[in-house]
Amino acid sequence: MRLTYREAVRESIRDAMRSDPRVFLMGEDVARYGGTYAVSTGLLDEFGPERVRDTPLSELGFVGVGIGAALGGMRPIVEVMTVNFSLLSLDQIVNTAAALRHMSGGQFSVPLVVRMATGAGRQLAAQHSHSLECWYAHIPGITVLAPATVEDARGMLAPALKDPDPVVIFEHAQLYNRSEETGDAPVDITSARIRRAGDDVTLITYGGSLPKTLDAAQTLSEKGVSAEVVDLRVLRPLDTDVIMQSVRKTHRALVVDEGWRSGSLAAEVMARIVEEAFFDLDAPPARVCSREVPMPYARHLEEATLPQPDKIVAAVGALVGSLRGSTL
Amino acid sequence: MIDFTLPSLGADMDEGRLDEWLVAPGDAVERGQVVAVVETAKAAVEVECWQEGTVHQLLVPVGETVPVGQVIATLLEPGEEPPAVTPGPRTPPSSEGRRRITPAARQAAADRGIDLGAIAGTGPDGAVTLDDVRGATPAPAAVGAVEPAPSGGEREPGGVDRSTETRRAIAAAMSRSKREIPHYYLTQPVPLEATLEWLNRENASRPVTERLLPVVLQLKAVALAAHEYPDMNGFWSDGCFQAAESVHVGVAIALRQGGLVAPALHDVASKSLQQIGSDLSDLVRRVRVGSMRSSEMSDPTLTVTSLGDEGVESVLGVIYPPQVALVGFGKPMERAWVDDGRVRAVPTLVASLAADHRVSDGRRGALFLAAIADLLQHPERL
Repeated sequence: MRLTYREAVRESIRDAMRSDPRVFLMGEDVARYGGTYAVSTGLLDEFGPERVRDTPLSELGFVGVGIGAALGGMRPIVEVMTVNFSLLSLDQIVNTAAALRHMSGGQFSVPLVVRMATGAGRQLAAQHSHSLECWYAHIPGITVLAPATVEDARGMLAPALKDPDPVVIFEHAQLYNRSEETGDAPVDITSARIRRAGDDVTLITYGGSLPKTLDAAQTLSEKGVSAEVVDLRVLRPLDTDVIMQSVRKTHRALVVDEGWRSGSLAAEVMARIVEEAFFDLDAPPARVCSREVPMPYARHLEEATLPQPDKIVAAVGALVGSLRGSTL
Repeated sequence: MIDFTLPSLGADMDEGRLDEWLVAPGDAVERGQVVAVVETAKAAVEVECWQEGTVHQLLVPVGETVPVGQVIATLLEPGEEPPAVTPGPRTPPSSEGRRRITPAARQAAADRGIDLGAIAGTGPDGAVTLDDVRGATPAPAAVGAVEPAPSGGEREPGGVDRSTETRRAIAAAMSRSKREIPHYYLTQPVPLEATLEWLNRENASRPVTERLLPVVLQLKAVALAAHEYPDMNGFWSDGCFQAAESVHVGVAIALRQGGLVAPALHDVASKSLQQIGSDLSDLVRRVRVGSMRSSEMSDPTLTVTSLGDEGVESVLGVIYPPQVALVGFGKPMERAWVDDGRVRAVPTLVASLAADHRVSDGRRGALFLAAIADLLQHPERL
């Protein structure tokens, strides 16, 4: 079955609503408009306004409603239009949803799923384009997912809804139009995945940067450098086993992260590599991140700001030096 | 072919562990160039080579402990052709500072007993990488197989045991001194009024970074006096005394982890106060971070110890063999001083001498000490 990422997310929501009457979808424009990114198109007709609910522009309010519904026994899927706007609901997510199990001594949990779009590349400038996944990955008490493939977009929602604690899912807006062959089985939401095997360098990435990183890996292989690509998939809790196994094999690591480098997820991954695999390293770990500016509107500036395959290839070049057989 | 042997870096050293090679086969070496870092019981010491030539082979791999006097490398004399066999891989001359070696390469080299110094780096900025180590051959068998890398804390050179080792080394040297050297001791108070006045005047006109410390005057005074009394400056070995030509003053410096070292300030007698001051602060800084040169460790011809900071009135030291004298200075303090039949409070300092009675006797020592006291009171002559 060949699906776009957008269709895969829609199918996963549809499956969930069909199989569990407690599941409902709420967010800005999800019902009558069919979703800002057309993810929920058709769901209103199929499930009705009780289960596919439009909300006002009030992130703090409707994420709070979602928490209340979850505490009341429902299984809400709350869509926030972009991660930028989700900052208005940070109080609900960080201070309430993430903390309630601990603050109630385990008496209450919040089985809430929050989906949101993230990332740049569509000329929407600084208020619609940032990658703030790292801010959520900092918070204990939530699981943070970043499906980068159609398969993951299709398969992550079901286990997320089964999780008794809050799960935040980041969908990179650049991925919605990508299509791939996929099944409809749930995938696990605890582990990182190796998306391409290689021997010379480990490229670690997630979400919207995965296709760019795979492109770079392809270019590298033509130049004689065999790159392994690790897709983090789960940004919290990080699956470091897969990273370390790969780094111990290749001895070199490059992190590709659309977030800014200071205080970033890339920084965390590098720190863990140095902590756990220092004596296996054959070069200082490196990273390609977004330039540290608010995302520009102009296309050429936006492209220059973001990680791109050529930047990844160049960074790998600096890492491997004159690796035998390579022509970097 | 020149054999380069592990030098003795002081009476208390009988072996050393090779920490790092700073040259590689093919490198040209000048007289006085630092070629290796050797870990002794007290410190990591930069070992200089005193012959000119080209490095031919490094015979001791990093991490190995060898006795003093063992050949650790061979050099080709200028113009000498290398023997046909055993061409070592060439390295680009290691320019400044530490060579770049990746952790994985270090680990692999330690596991296989490979001498990193003989490996050319092909990684970023010439770093030695895992590939370079894998492509290299293990160290020659003659040197003996290297034990697998010790695990855990022992990776850190010295590590936990450094202070025990230091203490042991000091114990050996000082026991030998007290056992073999018949010490005699003399002390003399030195009024410092004129000196301090001169120093204040002199420092007032200097920028802060160039101000002179009293200890600099002490070192220069000792050096000049030793020049006049050569039987205080040199070595007792094989039953006779050999005066040294220059005065290399050993300066006793306390180590952070405990214990003492007394590396040499070279040619103090011929240096300006300014120069002595900056050489001293450089030496202290390097001692504290554990990077001394081999010549500094083996050269001192006469040691000065100054316990002024600790508040003792005088110090009667133990001579560091094979030297034959040690000058000590206590804390400068105000004392009642009788001068012209009147009592005044005058800043004074007690200078002391511990000397080897096999070489000199009390009268000679007294003259030497008096010369130091006299010079200290006439700083303009220093």
